[in-house]
Amino acid sequence: MTTLTDPPRESFRLSMLINDTRYRSLTFQGITLLVLIIAIAYLANNLLTNLAAAGLNIAYDFLGDPAGYDINQALVEYNSRSSHARAALVGVLNTLLVAFLACITATVFGVIAGVLRLSNNWLVRKLMSFYVEIFRNIPVLIWIIIIFTIMTAVMPAPRAFRGDEPEATMLMGLFAFTNRGVYIPAPVWGPGSMVVVATFIASIIGVIGYRRYATKLLYDTGKLLPMGWPSLAIFFLPTILMFYIMGRPIGLDVPELGGFNFRGGIQVGAPLIALWFALSIYTGAFIAENVRAGIQAVSKGQTEAASALGLRPGRVMKLVVLPQALRVIIPPLISQYLNITKNSSLAIAVGYADITATLGGITLNQTGRAIECVLLLMLFYLTISLLISAVMNVYNNAVKLKER
Amino acid sequence: MSDTHAHSVAFVRETEIPSSPPPYAATGPVKWLRENLFATPANSLLTIAALYVIWQILSGTMPWILNGIWNTSSLAECRQVLDGAVGACFSVLTERWNQLLFGFQYPSELYWRPTLALGLLFVAAAPVLFFDLPRKLLAFTAVYPFIAFWLIWGGTILTPIVAFAGVAAGAVVYQRLVTGSFAYGFFGGIIAAFIVWTVGGWIIPDGASETAMLTAVPSRDLGGFMLNMMLGVTCVTLSIPIGIALALGRQSSMPLIKVVCVVFIEFVRGVPLITLLFVASVMLAYFFPPESSLDLFLRVVIMITMFSSAYIAEVIRGGLAALPKGQYEAADSLGLDYPQAMRLIILPQALKISIPGIVNIAVGLFKDTTLVSVIGMFDIVGMIRGPILASTEWNGVYWELLGFASVLFFVVCYGISQYSQWLERRLATDHR
Repeated sequence: MTTLTDPPRESFRLSMLINDTRYRSLTFQGITLLVLIIAIAYLANNLLTNLAAAGLNIAYDFLGDPAGYDINQALVEYNSRSSHARAALVGVLNTLLVAFLACITATVFGVIAGVLRLSNNWLVRKLMSFYVEIFRNIPVLIWIIIIFTIMTAVMPAPRAFRGDEPEATMLMGLFAFTNRGVYIPAPVWGPGSMVVVATFIASIIGVIGYRRYATKLLYDTGKLLPMGWPSLAIFFLPTILMFYIMGRPIGLDVPELGGFNFRGGIQVGAPLIALWFALSIYTGAFIAENVRAGIQAVSKGQTEAASALGLRPGRVMKLVVLPQALRVIIPPLISQYLNITKNSSLAIAVGYADITATLGGITLNQTGRAIECVLLLMLFYLTISLLISAVMNVYNNAVKLKER
Repeated sequence: MSDTHAHSVAFVRETEIPSSPPPYAATGPVKWLRENLFATPANSLLTIAALYVIWQILSGTMPWILNGIWNTSSLAECRQVLDGAVGACFSVLTERWNQLLFGFQYPSELYWRPTLALGLLFVAAAPVLFFDLPRKLLAFTAVYPFIAFWLIWGGTILTPIVAFAGVAAGAVVYQRLVTGSFAYGFFGGIIAAFIVWTVGGWIIPDGASETAMLTAVPSRDLGGFMLNMMLGVTCVTLSIPIGIALALGRQSSMPLIKVVCVVFIEFVRGVPLITLLFVASVMLAYFFPPESSLDLFLRVVIMITMFSSAYIAEVIRGGLAALPKGQYEAADSLGLDYPQAMRLIILPQALKISIPGIVNIAVGLFKDTTLVSVIGMFDIVGMIRGPILASTEWNGVYWELLGFASVLFFVVCYGISQYSQWLERRLATDHR
């Protein structure tokens, strides 16, 4: 007769740190920690020695000193006596501005190109794949430089607009494309303009409300209200009416040629246009591929089943294909937005005053505070990308297939 | 009955009529046109719009390209020859091709060396890329980095030989010891390599480079498209093993290792490459001992490798996550330990899944090597914007130069992505 006994409880021996899988991980982590500490200590020691040798220290009070350089495209009040911190703020806002604009236009380009790549039309299909391949396979830096060169070397100088028979004319009398940037009319807000704006916002809310009401009516009673024309009417009519009732309070300050340059209106600098357009058209090619993959990921049976239910093609797209395709499209789309934000740091190549060009460029060179500037720069980009990935995680959890 | 029928019916066909050809519009090019270009009125409009766009593009570029001038010595002369007509001035390419490809400081009598290195790169990469080729060619791949180093930088041949001897010694020790335990093999190999390198460092006499067979070329003389190629190839190659290690570390059950890997990956992925290049150009020198002088090329290689290894780690993590859990359990149930399970079961499958992603990263990284022009290195973009456009002869030749750079990048990147698609079809083992 056998009796089962527990194996004798082994006491801990030092050799178990290597041979026993239960304890081996402790050994590995101990070694890692040791290596990490030694490496950090070594680097920090070198850093301190080098800084001491160069007579430097790590301090951030230089941010309060006057910057002493001009920025021609600033969204907030800025002049050369403003502090370095103010210059960095201008840079942050410029980065966010170009990233925001480029995200919108890149999405438009990408969706159009992605849908057209699936077109029945052979020629359009080939043209779009040509666009996608050309733009995906050439570095974005080259595209930025190419478009910047178009803006500065091909566009006419402001004096070309002069004279009775000018070489260049303004587009619709409102927009002037010059080698110093694009001049666009600036809105002038007269008294009572706020009422018009308020009406406009109210009519947007009205459109949304009407469409919700129509959908609810459709689901509850099966009665179908027209959607298109009423929406358009609610969108435009009240605002236009209010515009004339208030006596046309919103005017346009059209740029005019005065002296050697244009006066009035808003000047959008060539660097901003180049960066904006290059980023959108380059990233648009990537988004086109995402959109195409997303639409193709919806199996054909879904479309056929929807058609078999008697849905019209528009409804099939809106109610069946798009909700499923968006689940696939949106995560890579958001990471493309992240890429746009990071690629906007190439602004430094064309002299657009984004955060990399102000804090990481001129401020760094003027103050010699390399470590502080680069650290702040990284902190900014890191914050943005962590925020965007947090948004992405929330979205991914929201659209996750609920499986039981 | 049959008689009456025979009388009432005038004609009975007894043979089959040869089938008549389909209607003109339902066959051949006409059918294709109708289906693909003019299916609906809206479609026809699209076709016309597309034709207009193509016409615009071609009429804008073709005369310019076809009318190009190839043999003048400056832009002014070019304009004189063109005499107001539209035409490109490709002479800048015939005149400055060497600067675009090799940089403006690489000695022109030594151009054969990087060219030979590039040629050998294809030989070395072939067995890795096309695995139908005999496996023995891999031996050349193993030696290639040292040959390429020697060809491009020149100097004494002893340096690459010692480096290779160290790696070889490490590999031999690893082969011996790995049967016992992966850890012994790995660390034993590294120690052996370091011993050989240290000893070799004593052997190489000082000033051996001055009397060497190949003239030494310092790294700051490298430039042009060669620099882009070197950065791309080196950094991608180095970052694949580091990326694998990071991906495995991120999946590890050991909290400390996991945290280190996650922090590294997320940090690097969160900042733009250009800030890392700033680190390389202005900050990294502070972290090394004062007497050491890492040249800029090496610092840039370190930072770009860090950058791409984080991205590759994420791709490989995707591959690891895509493997069914049964594979891990099967490996465990066979009694394999962690290194064996990874080497023999998990990684071969995970890497296969990750190939398209890795190739995407490689293409993206190769394009991103142009960013080194921002920190003052003269790669092809740096050459165009710096020495060539600033020269008096060629000030104002934008399109020819930028077009040339674009064509180079397009050929390489498009080639790589086509290869990746071919490989994906080739490796597809699921039967659909």
